[in-house]
Amino acid sequence: MQDREFTVRARSQRRLVMQRFVQHRLAVASLVVLVLVILVAFVGGALWKYQYTEITNDNLQSPSMNHPFGTDSNGYDYLSQVLRGTQISLEIAFSVAAMATVVGTVWGAVAGYYRGWADSLMMRVVDLILTVPILAAGALMTKKVQNSGWWALALVIAALSWPAVSRIVRGQVLSLREKEYVEAARALGAKDGRIIFRHLLPNIAGQVIVVVTILVALAILTESALSYLGFGVQSPNVSLGLLISNNQTALQGGQWWLFWFPGLFIVLICLSVNFIGDGLRDAFDPTQQRVRA
Amino acid sequence: MSTATGPGALGATPSTSLLEPVLAVENLTVDFPTPDGVVRAVRGVSYQLGGGEVLGIVGESGSGKSVTSMAVMGLLPRTARVSGSVRFRGRELIGLNDKQMTEVRGQKIAMIFQDPMTSLNPVYKIGYQLAEAVLAHRRISRAEAQKRAVELLDLVGIPFPQRRIDQYPHEFSGGMRQRVVIAIAMANDPDVIIADEPTTALDVTVQAQVLEALRAAQAETGAATVLITHDLGVIAGQADRVLVMYAGKPVEIGSVDDIYYAPRMPYTLGLLGSLPRLDVRKQERLTPIQGAPPSLVNLPPGCPFTPRCPMAQDRCETAEPELRSVGSATHLAACHYSDQLADREKAAEVFAHSAADSRLPTEFGAEPPPETLGAPAEVLAEDNVIDGAQGEGPRQGEGGVR
Amino acid sequence: MFAFAVRRLLVSIPVFIVSTFLVFLLVAYGADPLGQLRAKNPPPSQATLNALANQLYLNHNLVDRYWHWFTQLFGHGSWGPSINAGVDVGQLLWTSLQLTIRLVVLAMVVAVLLAVVSGVISATRQYSKLDYSITVIGFLFLSLPVFWFAMLLKQAAVNFNNSTGSYFLSTYGANTPGLTGWSVFSDAIGHLILPTIVLAMSSYASWSRFQRASMLDVLGSDYLRLARAKGLSRRKVMIRHGLRTALIPLTTQVALDVAAILGGAVLTEQVFGWQGMGTMLINGINAQDSNVILAWLTVAAVIVIVFNLLADLLYAVLDPRIRLG
Repeated sequence: MQDREFTVRARSQRRLVMQRFVQHRLAVASLVVLVLVILVAFVGGALWKYQYTEITNDNLQSPSMNHPFGTDSNGYDYLSQVLRGTQISLEIAFSVAAMATVVGTVWGAVAGYYRGWADSLMMRVVDLILTVPILAAGALMTKKVQNSGWWALALVIAALSWPAVSRIVRGQVLSLREKEYVEAARALGAKDGRIIFRHLLPNIAGQVIVVVTILVALAILTESALSYLGFGVQSPNVSLGLLISNNQTALQGGQWWLFWFPGLFIVLICLSVNFIGDGLRDAFDPTQQRVRA
Repeated sequence: MSTATGPGALGATPSTSLLEPVLAVENLTVDFPTPDGVVRAVRGVSYQLGGGEVLGIVGESGSGKSVTSMAVMGLLPRTARVSGSVRFRGRELIGLNDKQMTEVRGQKIAMIFQDPMTSLNPVYKIGYQLAEAVLAHRRISRAEAQKRAVELLDLVGIPFPQRRIDQYPHEFSGGMRQRVVIAIAMANDPDVIIADEPTTALDVTVQAQVLEALRAAQAETGAATVLITHDLGVIAGQADRVLVMYAGKPVEIGSVDDIYYAPRMPYTLGLLGSLPRLDVRKQERLTPIQGAPPSLVNLPPGCPFTPRCPMAQDRCETAEPELRSVGSATHLAACHYSDQLADREKAAEVFAHSAADSRLPTEFGAEPPPETLGAPAEVLAEDNVIDGAQGEGPRQGEGGVR
Repeated sequence: MFAFAVRRLLVSIPVFIVSTFLVFLLVAYGADPLGQLRAKNPPPSQATLNALANQLYLNHNLVDRYWHWFTQLFGHGSWGPSINAGVDVGQLLWTSLQLTIRLVVLAMVVAVLLAVVSGVISATRQYSKLDYSITVIGFLFLSLPVFWFAMLLKQAAVNFNNSTGSYFLSTYGANTPGLTGWSVFSDAIGHLILPTIVLAMSSYASWSRFQRASMLDVLGSDYLRLARAKGLSRRKVMIRHGLRTALIPLTTQVALDVAAILGGAVLTEQVFGWQGMGTMLINGINAQDSNVILAWLTVAAVIVIVFNLLADLLYAVLDPRIRLG
């Protein structure tokens, strides 16, 4: 008797997720855009004929072939400034996302798994940190570490962002710990650590990855806001927020390029990261109801 | 399929053949477009329901039994493509717009769903949700609706209904919630009640209470009932006639006695053979049906039961059998070889030789044969991370009725 | 229900107290008032610095300082001295708060209303063009830096004012001094419009996504299906069973985002030149005026805790299941 039962190809979970992600044209396009931005910022910035520290004799020129993004009042080539700012902003954003995710995930997973008074205590700490607006605490703390490198800024933002991650992870772990495979693993003698790392975390990996993308966008916006207020990245370093702050009156004065380019770069990066996150969220969610045929 | 129209065809019981059927479904098909292709969930279902009678629809998950009923109620998602005819007292329901259907739903045809834990809105009181059902179709005062709510709770056997109407669903047990759902269904004296797996999510002990409530609803309203379930025990106690579905199509239809004592389609035979029996002395091993139901996306030609049917021949792979009368006008089966199944005792013989564990002794406690049957799978293996519907667990192996 | 409210209230109080200690620690280590003054050119005399140190109670250990500040605040209603001799911290706080509360409350109301409407539309017409447009606009707003958008809007308003000759949309400050009667009100509105739009837009974007997801969850629920099977009209089902249940998670989300909104208010006030809480904070941090910063953070903590409390209570009203908790 021939086997006529299975006429749809069986697929592994990873492939299913990737297949669903690829169906999101917007998310895929955003991924391409993000990769391009990263390449242009780092590779392009290094290869470009003007360096961001170089003062040319052309002041306040509007965009031209020589200076595609124009120049600012000091004579800096604006393209090199924007690229350098993008580099710094991206470095900070990804560091923040990495640090906050690691700390927040472990904290939230432990709290959610053990529950009881350990959970209460850990989550009260989270609540306390969250009563302080990130921008306010960030402004205060970065003023103190102003003269250290950008990594100090990243550390400050990460220290204020991990509580939000822990809340989300805890929620996920709380709902998953009741599932039968956790009980089964425990019955087979698996220790707590093994259960958390081998069974629970892989199953919330999807949600965590989505949170990472949200963090990247949040970090860029926070960093640029802090730089705009004067607390973040300082001269002679460059950041997209600092560029906007330095050229605040540019729009009124008619030097639109000084205002638009850094802002558009921020928007572009955040938009692509958000779309990617959205695509990932749909890809990891098995209850999707999309109809294509 | 018989082309005769009129009440005598398609398995109507003789006693109601002179009356117009309350519900007449003819050649109902439902298709769902999906990324993998079109899922043909229902492929031509026809039945007639006379006033006051109980039709049981049996089938495993994926046979299309729930989708059929959702199509009758007009509750399928917008993406579903429905064709065929559903007539309620002669009035065609397919093609009606939503506004027209809302007059039918709850008042002429009512429905009971499977999971009582999620069927009631958690933020509204029970009395409110009952009164809402009544107020949807009648212009009476809120106080009168509340009184009716108390009556309804009493009818389904909920104690202290006066107090209960002010409580919330989370204060009710599963069985009680299902009884509330039944009360909602009968609130407006419907002519048809569709019960979609009303006892599946409940313990056996609670099932009896719920079925009792269902009987009370039938007695009170005189409604005809469509009872959908995969539990043959429930059918035996409640139904007048039975419709067996497989892969989106009916494969056998007849009275309860016909189906239980003279099944003429191997699938029906297999279902009955896999029933655990408490009343049989000799403890025999169950004879399950090997394999799993076919994918409804790319259905191969011929009879869909062929891969699992121990009686299958070449003809079964090329031509899908039609429903034909097998003995009486009211008993129809879709099998090329239904004549060979005239003897009920054959079930164990028909399926036994294809069962995976057929080599094991049929009596409990006896010594197993010397050959081993393979090592258990590695439980903690990487790929066995499962999350709801995402996991691709093993599909082969014991089928039986899920 | 009443017992639940009282219990939640009582729990909030120790949370608040611990929060003030945390904030005090933050300011004690983060702000250095003397250091700022020493860096001036020419630096003030040592006597002046000593006097200031005494005033600010800096010559004691951390716990004593905290206790001193705490008792001064809750015993005497005093927020402590500012570095600027002429400034009363309490008075500054009060005037700043009045402006900011106006802005924050209005922005939240606007954001919630818009988010609910667009979330519901998006969910009920899932995957339609309307849904996609709303989603893309939402993402755009999520990706816009608040201050950049504020500047953009400001310039657009200036252009608009110049071309139409009307001065209704104000781009600077919270009000025009010297007005009386009705014009005070309409003037305030004119000054409020732009900052409110700016502050509302990022909250709107995230809440709208949230509401859409919540609504989709509810739309797929069994009780919604049963409600339709009862014969209720689509509209009634959507509002009575769908929206009512879908709004519940949003209440907690709004409360959680209050801190972020306060941050956004800081940026918005900077761009539009409002003398509100935001400006107070920035000036305070720049001057390293520790009591001002402390006052700001304490009030912010109170606002966050109060909103969380309100959200919990509202949640209990909307969802009867948790009233026993």
